[in-house]
Amino acid sequence: MGARHVWPQEGISRIPYWIYSDPEIYAREQERIFCGPSWNYVALEAELPRSGDFKRTFIGEKPVVVVRDQQGSINVVENRCAHRGVQFCQRHLGNAVEFMCPYHQWTYDLKGNLIGVPFRRGVKKQGGMPADFDPKNHGLRRLRVACRHGVIFASFASELEPLEEYFGPSMLALFDRVFDGRELRVLGYSRQLTPANWKLMFENIKDPYHASLLHVFLLSFGLFRADQPSKVQMDATGRHGALISWRGDQKKTEDNADMKSLIDNFKLQDATLLEPVREFPEYTVVMTTLWPNLIIQQQSNTLAMRQLITRGPAAFELAWTYFGYAADDEDMTRRRLRQANLMGPAGFVSIDDSEVMKFSQAGVGPYPEGAGVMEMGGRDWKDEQHMVTESVIRAFYAYYRQVMQI
Amino acid sequence: MNTAERYLTLNSRDLRLELEELYAAYTACLDEERFEEWPEFFVEQCLYKIVPRENFERGLPLATWLCESKGYLADRVTAIRKTAVYAPRTMRRMVSGLRVLGWKEGVLEVRANYVALETLQDEFTRVFNTGQYRDKLVADGGRLKFKEKLCIFDSLLVPNSLIYPL
Ligand code: FES
Ligand SMILES: [Fe+2]
Repeated sequence: MGARHVWPQEGISRIPYWIYSDPEIYAREQERIFCGPSWNYVALEAELPRSGDFKRTFIGEKPVVVVRDQQGSINVVENRCAHRGVQFCQRHLGNAVEFMCPYHQWTYDLKGNLIGVPFRRGVKKQGGMPADFDPKNHGLRRLRVACRHGVIFASFASELEPLEEYFGPSMLALFDRVFDGRELRVLGYSRQLTPANWKLMFENIKDPYHASLLHVFLLSFGLFRADQPSKVQMDATGRHGALISWRGDQKKTEDNADMKSLIDNFKLQDATLLEPVREFPEYTVVMTTLWPNLIIQQQSNTLAMRQLITRGPAAFELAWTYFGYAADDEDMTRRRLRQANLMGPAGFVSIDDSEVMKFSQAGVGPYPEGAGVMEMGGRDWKDEQHMVTESVIRAFYAYYRQVMQI
Repeated sequence: MNTAERYLTLNSRDLRLELEELYAAYTACLDEERFEEWPEFFVEQCLYKIVPRENFERGLPLATWLCESKGYLADRVTAIRKTAVYAPRTMRRMVSGLRVLGWKEGVLEVRANYVALETLQDEFTRVFNTGQYRDKLVADGGRLKFKEKLCIFDSLLVPNSLIYPL
């Protein structure tokens, strides 16, 4: 790393702006984070119920295919032909008995083994592959796969801890709260391209402090307030985190007077959007962020996986997969679909976030020499019983710095 | 003859003319950001959805934007005006290829292509969203109104955020 990559001496209470725009940093992230020892979310098993079902997706920016083979196991392979690199799978979801690259028709089974090479023995005794060409050495590169309760993760790393250890006990408990082994049902997809660095998405979702200020909608309808009972939790490394809140008694108080946008007497004409039912124990909202590419959203009755896909230093794609449980009744499904209006590219709440992330990039991109101040709630990181803190973001960067060696 | 009957007996050319007028008024209302008037194009019990084709074709029920009543449309307008934080933009909508599928039990089915162009500060105008309207209209209070409006859009990716209606 060059001289321009010196982290401010204050440590994690400062975030240097060069990390959001530098191509060298971006390349290093691909290598050390997304292709490093990390479990990346790729799919829900409910998306691939039958053998041959596949999903085309990405880890960092690298295209991969998730596929259920004839034996019913899940494989994740690079979406890159072993011959000359063609991205052979072009459909988002589908079913196949084998994968054939269109360029020279090299053919792979659903485990990624090379099973067909046209003209391997030549044509009329001319050409062909060398006699010692062994298809066994030219399969698709397979990634390590881990599944837990219907959720599929993959890793490019050859060595890393089992998924459960990787989550750590506190995050595992929150994960199992939503994924308790019940069969899932996919309700649909939503995708958006945000012109901002991918880390800004994590900062946003690890920042409970903004929610009661930026999101006038939440405030106006009493969905979230700074005096709401809440807490933030992290794993032992700081790489994963969760923002947790639940309902409590709230009045308009002095503290809330700081929230300038609080609008009194604001009512929805159609209140069906805000008619959640109690579904999970204890908490109403849990936003879990799992390093390096997943946000698990449980906002009342909306459940969604938000998968981060990087598109260069200054853009990321957010792929939302909304789901419920196979056993949900119609009312519950309707509730989930209604409450989905809060989130996604047209979400009453999420619009603010995607727009603000764009504004962030527009500010930090041209000023790589600047640095953000991350001192709300202290300069270190630890679990807290409130939301007036940037602790979870500091934790993320403490771990990020270790992995990136910066 | 009441209005519903009047619409039912219109010959196809006159009906088409009415619809052209209606869609022009609809897009003008949105392009000119007279959002408060937008719900008036719908009946009380209506359905307005913006859905990626990806979900529509697979029969997946999730909409990017879902309004299940006129009140809900008004709530969206309140959000646009009062709560949402977003960069200034203008949007221009084009509707073409209008096809009148005909009346079924007092409901007129119409399909059309639409394109929405978005202009942001410091950026050139871009195609923001394009797709097909699948609409159901009924005669209400002397005019045709939407009972159902589905906007099924082609691109899998939304360029950042979808703030104004289509
Ligand atoms: S690149 Fe795939 S077969 Fe040649
Ligand atoms: Fe937010």
